[in-house]
Amino acid sequence: MDLAMQVEEQLVNAPPDSGLRRRTTWKYLRRNPKLVVGALMFLGLLAFSFLGPLFVNTDEAAPMSAMPVTAPSREYPFGTDDQGRNLLAVAVVGLPLTLQVGLIAGVVAILIGTILGLTAGYLGGWVDLLIRGICDILLTVPGLVVLITVAASIKGSISVQTMGLVVAALAWMWPARTIRSQVLSLRERAYIQMAKLSGMRTPEIIFREIMPNLLPFLAASFVGSVSAAILASIGLEALGLGPQSEPTLGMTIYWSITYNAVIRGLWWWIVMPIALIIILFLSLFLMSAGLDEIANPRLRKADA
Amino acid sequence: MEGRDVSQPIPSSQPGSGANLLEMRNVSQIFGNPDKGGTIALNDMSFAIPEDKPIFTSLVGESGSGKTTFARLLLGFQNPTRGEVLYRGKNIASLNGADSRAFRHDVQAVFQDPFEVYNPFYRIDHLLEVPIRKFKLARSKAHARTMMEEALVAVGLDPRVTLGRYPHQLSGGQRQRITVARALLLKPKVIIADEPVSMVDASLRASILGTLRDLHDSYGISFLYITHDLTTAYQVSDDILVLYKGNVVESGDVVPVIKDPQHPYTRLLVSSIPWPDPSMRWGDETPPDPATFSMPPILNRREPPSEAAPPS
Amino acid sequence: MSAPTGTATATEPTSRRLVHRVVSDEPMLTVEDLRVQFPTDRGDFNAVNGVSFTLNRGERFGLVGESGSGKSTTALAIMRMIKPPGRIISGRILLHRDGGTVDMATLSDEQMREMRLSAVSMIPQGSMNSLNPVRRVRDHFEDSILAHNEKATKGEIAERMKELLTMVGLPLSAGKLYPHELSGGMKQRVCIALSITLAPSVIIADEPTSALDVVVQRRVMETLGHVQDLIGASVLFVGHDMGLLAQFVDRVGVMYRGKLVEVDTIQNIFAAPRHPYTQMLISSLPTLTERGAFRKARSASDAATAANIAASTPGTSS
Repeated sequence: MDLAMQVEEQLVNAPPDSGLRRRTTWKYLRRNPKLVVGALMFLGLLAFSFLGPLFVNTDEAAPMSAMPVTAPSREYPFGTDDQGRNLLAVAVVGLPLTLQVGLIAGVVAILIGTILGLTAGYLGGWVDLLIRGICDILLTVPGLVVLITVAASIKGSISVQTMGLVVAALAWMWPARTIRSQVLSLRERAYIQMAKLSGMRTPEIIFREIMPNLLPFLAASFVGSVSAAILASIGLEALGLGPQSEPTLGMTIYWSITYNAVIRGLWWWIVMPIALIIILFLSLFLMSAGLDEIANPRLRKADA
Repeated sequence: MEGRDVSQPIPSSQPGSGANLLEMRNVSQIFGNPDKGGTIALNDMSFAIPEDKPIFTSLVGESGSGKTTFARLLLGFQNPTRGEVLYRGKNIASLNGADSRAFRHDVQAVFQDPFEVYNPFYRIDHLLEVPIRKFKLARSKAHARTMMEEALVAVGLDPRVTLGRYPHQLSGGQRQRITVARALLLKPKVIIADEPVSMVDASLRASILGTLRDLHDSYGISFLYITHDLTTAYQVSDDILVLYKGNVVESGDVVPVIKDPQHPYTRLLVSSIPWPDPSMRWGDETPPDPATFSMPPILNRREPPSEAAPPS
Repeated sequence: MSAPTGTATATEPTSRRLVHRVVSDEPMLTVEDLRVQFPTDRGDFNAVNGVSFTLNRGERFGLVGESGSGKSTTALAIMRMIKPPGRIISGRILLHRDGGTVDMATLSDEQMREMRLSAVSMIPQGSMNSLNPVRRVRDHFEDSILAHNEKATKGEIAERMKELLTMVGLPLSAGKLYPHELSGGMKQRVCIALSITLAPSVIIADEPTSALDVVVQRRVMETLGHVQDLIGASVLFVGHDMGLLAQFVDRVGVMYRGKLVEVDTIQNIFAAPRHPYTQMLISSLPTLTERGAFRKARSASDAATAANIAASTPGTSS
């Protein structure tokens, strides 16, 4: 295409969801440090979880596996806690458990949210009214309170997977609303009308024409759901409502508080989970901000 | 305003003779409550495209005239508040499978915005592939590819530099020509062209309009050319309907309506055309009183046979 | 392009007429060798590549071209509103005022801010949609006036707004409306009124009627011309519709790929265009003289013509 026309078009009237985004997306990733840094951090944490067992014996995440209350040393780089857990092993075991909760919740929430959002947005009418009604009612429910109540009333302790599902049940509304409003804006586009004129039926239009244009929003929603889920689960665990037998990051915080780690000067016990959580959230936040920039070109710094 | 009948624009056919391919019968489109300030987009409109004789009719009007609603109703994108839209005699809202597919194939459109008609996620091939696939126009993938290439060549494009590209990699004129190529591929019976050249550079307009006229002349495709540009309507079509606020105020052969407008609204439109001649500037007559626009319409104006010369 | 002949004289409404405007040949704005550059993935690109022209006092100068010609970029450059990383890399933009000549290309940001609206104002493309939707019309006037004169009183602002609304043919009651309560034509007339708030010497109108219906378009163009005559300003009219230019401007500059390929009076451009590109533009205009004339115009945009144009326009960046 003529370079002259290209520049003029970019200047004067590049539509928001233009294909400009697709071509420049790859080049743009190089100029989108947030997404790249966030993704690298997250991959680093994943690597830590998967490669960790090669360097430390994961059995030592159980109580009574090491000399209790030792500060970080060569033998125990993260130190040990009151019960004799090797905190490095705890990190290696706990991080994936935390991620698991987040992923289950994130995936389930996105699946439910997307399907309902697409349906409500495209079909409109009473279907939309129904879905939106349920959505709005559930949004007013204070999620954390419900979670606490549910967790507290389950006999025995709640498993990681159950926690994930409970969180998902309360997290699908946000993706549903976002996806719905995106679909509403895309529904009247001329290319959808063209698809109809070309003989496409509604389900095919939804999945082949609308969905692909929603991918950045889906990705951003996904990261958002995962973050919320992880935060909720850590919150529950830190209150002591998590799975008592699993050394998750939240439980570690709980134990460290319960056993007065700070007062006793056992700084390494509380620093380990908090540091990991900070890195995790930072990575999720950066990825989310980076994805938001892709989804919404107006957020990008002005380039030609 | 009472309803009126805009009978077929072809002088020779009588109302009711022969079947109509696509027809609007006493259609009104009303938003909200008409007694309480609701909008009447179209008022008791009737229009027919006959099966046997292809037409090339312009629908001219400004924004708010109802021309977009007109198009959407014929394409089946919305249902009329009153009246019916019929395909081969059957209401399009209740067509069965086979008829529905036939309707979809036979009634196509070319839209105004050469960018918006493309799904930015896909290459431009998608616009051509989908209808080939859905209407089973090709025997094989290779055949489909050949069809696409031939259609592109027919509109003056080189398939080697257009196929495989993304929409933003092509100019507005190229994109619009591809939508015309798509229409060529489908060979429908009716094409609703909604401002097909208003977002295209002036130098290309003639070419695209010429292609549309060729489609009509060579393949017998009926056209409804919707525009606010009277000059191109004059150039390319045989008949014209002038819409004002949901009603037809003047209709008939394009030459008498534009050269010698009778209705005050048509006169206003014609006098507002920016004439490409510096010695013929707009005058400073007082603007007409809009109340005069509700005078009865002047329909079915015909040229005297000796002056009827189709575009060469 | 001669007047239509033969039958059907009813379309030459007796109200159309030849207008002789008296235009001085005193320069108001001189653009000298302007170049505007944008960095792209494929290297630096000059959207405006050595453009020079003069706008005289009281004159209406049209800058015409198709998409990619650089006409809008030229207008933005004169207003010093090119967004980085695009920038003016060379050239002078001389404004000849009573107190002396100023090269606007060399002004500081603050100095240029003062010039905007008071000396040179712009009605940008799609300006109807750039009215602030949450502020009333009168607030828009207040903002413009206060930005240049903090000491203006409410009474002075109201008085000025009344003057301006009258000039564009809007009722005083329009002041208290919100933009969405106005029709397209009314919004555009508000934009025209805003642009002359401080009685600038130069008004730049960039496709001011592009989204308007033909009847409204005429009214808006007549308003613009009327207002210009009232305040004695010069107008730089950027557009692509040669018909509209024929109705409005005195002289035309034809732009193609960043260069001005022809500058002449509007009458000469139509009667005897010299550059092949101008010839192509003129010949592709649909007329009400002969039907099917678009068929002749089709061959005008053939490859042969394109080659002709390229040959006549040395140094166009491609």
